[in-house]
Amino acid sequence: MELLLAITIGILYASGIYMMLRRSLVKMIIGLILLGNGVNLLIFLLGRLTKGSTPIIPDGLDTFAEAYADPVPQALILTAIVISFGLQAFAIVLIKRVYKVVGTDDLDELSYNEDDETI
Amino acid sequence: MLFAILIGFLWACVLVFAGTQLKGRAAILNAIVPVGLFVYFASFIPEVLNNGPILKTYQWVSSMGVDLNFNLDGLSLIFVLMITGIGAMVFIYTSAYMKGSAHLDRFYGYLSMFMASMLGLVLSDNLITVFVFWELTSVVSFFLIGYNSRQEDSRKAALMSLGVTGLGGMLLLGGVILMGSVGGSYSIQELLNSGVVFSESSSYILILFFIIGAAFTKSAQFPFHFWLPLAMKAPTPVSTYLHSATMVKAGIYLLLRLSPLLGNDPSWNNTLMAFGGITMLYGAWHTLFRTDLKSILAYSTISALGILTFLIGIGSEEAFLAALIFILVHALYKATLFLVAGSIDKASGTRDILKLGGLAKYMIPVAIAGFLAAVSNAGMPPSFGFLGKDLIYEATLGTGTMAIFITAAAVITNVLLLYAGFVAGIKPFVGRLPEELVDDVRKLSPVIWLPPLILGVLCLVFGLFPFIGESLVRPAVEAVAGEPYDFHIKLWHGFNIILLLSGITIASGFVLYFLIRPSQKKVDLMEKADFIGPLSFTQLSSIGFERISLMWTRFFTSGYVRYYLIAVMIFVIGVVGYELFIGTHVYMDFATLKEVSFYEMGTILIMILGIGVAVFSPSRLTALAALGVLGYAICIIFVFYGAPDLAMTQFAIDTLTVILFVLVLYRLPKYLKLSDTRSRFRDGVIAISFGLLITLLILEVLGQPVNRELSAYYAENAYLLAKGKNVVNVILVDFRGIDTMVEITVLAISALGVYSLLKLQMQKSDIE
Repeated sequence: MELLLAITIGILYASGIYMMLRRSLVKMIIGLILLGNGVNLLIFLLGRLTKGSTPIIPDGLDTFAEAYADPVPQALILTAIVISFGLQAFAIVLIKRVYKVVGTDDLDELSYNEDDETI
Repeated sequence: MLFAILIGFLWACVLVFAGTQLKGRAAILNAIVPVGLFVYFASFIPEVLNNGPILKTYQWVSSMGVDLNFNLDGLSLIFVLMITGIGAMVFIYTSAYMKGSAHLDRFYGYLSMFMASMLGLVLSDNLITVFVFWELTSVVSFFLIGYNSRQEDSRKAALMSLGVTGLGGMLLLGGVILMGSVGGSYSIQELLNSGVVFSESSSYILILFFIIGAAFTKSAQFPFHFWLPLAMKAPTPVSTYLHSATMVKAGIYLLLRLSPLLGNDPSWNNTLMAFGGITMLYGAWHTLFRTDLKSILAYSTISALGILTFLIGIGSEEAFLAALIFILVHALYKATLFLVAGSIDKASGTRDILKLGGLAKYMIPVAIAGFLAAVSNAGMPPSFGFLGKDLIYEATLGTGTMAIFITAAAVITNVLLLYAGFVAGIKPFVGRLPEELVDDVRKLSPVIWLPPLILGVLCLVFGLFPFIGESLVRPAVEAVAGEPYDFHIKLWHGFNIILLLSGITIASGFVLYFLIRPSQKKVDLMEKADFIGPLSFTQLSSIGFERISLMWTRFFTSGYVRYYLIAVMIFVIGVVGYELFIGTHVYMDFATLKEVSFYEMGTILIMILGIGVAVFSPSRLTALAALGVLGYAICIIFVFYGAPDLAMTQFAIDTLTVILFVLVLYRLPKYLKLSDTRSRFRDGVIAISFGLLITLLILEVLGQPVNRELSAYYAENAYLLAKGKNVVNVILVDFRGIDTMVEITVLAISALGVYSLLKLQMQKSDIE
């Protein structure tokens, strides 16, 4: 399963980068989301997979009696998911606003070209 | 003494607040500072002459060997008196000369700061503080040259001089640090006492290169001389003070000061003699081709600085004596000539020698000053210059085998300098006044003509009473030569070869003055030849440098973020990929694939399908739906592998994102493929290589052991210390509670941003 996930993460990274290199702002955000998912899975995988056992201490015990999933990557990912949501929400609303003001979501038309100004 | 040195800085600070009060006639009050300092330092004269140097120590950064040690010895004394004395004249002169110009308070502030820096420079015993004050003089000089900041020429000249002297500052720092590391101390006194022999050190040549380079840039030696004529764009008081009397002598001071340490070696002596010789001839020769008064004076200053370097290069006691006397001689007559030139400019509105003449009857005191200075410059008895020139010839004659050539060079230089001095100091006052100027000549106030007159008279007084110069210079010669040197300066030596040389010099100078007329033709001629010089070389290289920088910048900063991203990606792929390529044992156990259950396999397939649709779908809505599917599939993965918290969060967040996206979706423009096939192919290759790299990295890392110390700690203590059973939650809200708090803040800020973007009402004009 690790091998499969590693390949999937690779695909997520590749598609994320590819989409981020597009000129359309919407595609760029899709790329960002894909990349974010890739990163989360990457952290998760590097914490090693433990099937079935949650990092929750069973009732009646003070510590774990048997194997448990690594809680540290999970805490990191949880934070990452939430933060990336903040970023995505802001970006999405920003696109909307940009389109309303400029009338395009093509990044190349947004960039300010100095030469055009002087001529 | 610390206060005396730093008062210039304090005064500049006072002027920030009180500057507006010290305008108009009150501006002359600024001169209190240099006059006071002059009196203060003059009071040390008897002590220094009789008891030797005065050393004052103030702790500063002792741990790094940098202290504010001030050493007032004979050499420093001469410079200090020059700086404050001529400073006093310049301060007085400025109050009338610059009357009515804007920001006069700033001007005085710069002058005070310059004076303080210069004092610090010549009094410092610590090489590092010498460097600091050295740089300060360069910086202040920049502001003073560019004082008329609305003129492009001024700004360029200021930049050029900052560039050249700044380069010198860097060289000085290099030299100072090397000297410190070779000698084990930054204190000049300690280096002298320790008896370290620099010429035996392996870095001696490098030290020489740095120190001599620094001195040459500051003191305008060939081939760095070109900034000095340009610096004449500065107001005349600045040219007088900085660019003839004091700052340009800082390099000379440095050479003199370090002579006992670095000198007495053929490479030191020959370098200084060669460059000094070229500079003195080159500068003097150029005076023939100038018609602007200040330009003539600038080149003759370069020539005089060349003479000084040359004398230091000779390195004998006679030469040091001649150099020190000549420093005083030159400071006096050159400051006078500059002030005279400024007065002429002020009265007639021009500095062009071709348009000037017969001014004597309009400004007799200035004419007297100019005459006295020109006579001293020419080295005619009984002026101070006569003493100076005699000593120079005495020094050059004592050089042994090369004496004839060296003396000849000195004679030629002096002849040309005599011509320059006469043109600048006498020619404007004799002959007839051109018609067009008759009505324009203005009367000058005593505040303007008094300073040059005082300095001019001093040229004569110092000559008539040679013991003044003699007693002033005696401790300085001792400081430079390293041992007491017995000498006696007198006006009349009797008939000997030196007198003969003096006679030849004066006679040929007169012939030259009457034969050669300055003319515009010569100026034009010289300008034509200007393209082969260090100046045009510097300008060309600076233009070239600018172009290359521009090309470089354009290439790397295209303005498109994705190209930056591509550059970063390619770099990472290249570097990390290479490392992976040369040494990895990728952990790829296909046997484990058999253990993969069908629902795991199914989830992975759904994910890959979702990604594919999200990337390639021509419809935005489909792409977003695919993103949602992908997110849910990731949820399932989390569930499989014991992360219920993650699954819940992912589920909630993913749903929210898709909803938000869809909400704004209908507002958006058409979903188009904007890139052409070629760039898509290029991006595809980059993206796939990067994905491959990540996969390989993961496999590599999975082959390494895991350190679970941290997880074990949290798992152990989650319940025992924090009374929580869900370890992930305990980490977030307890162990790393502050982090979570900050995270919430970030979310709040983002929410505020979203809210204000949604609520923002734009005016039509803003949109345009």
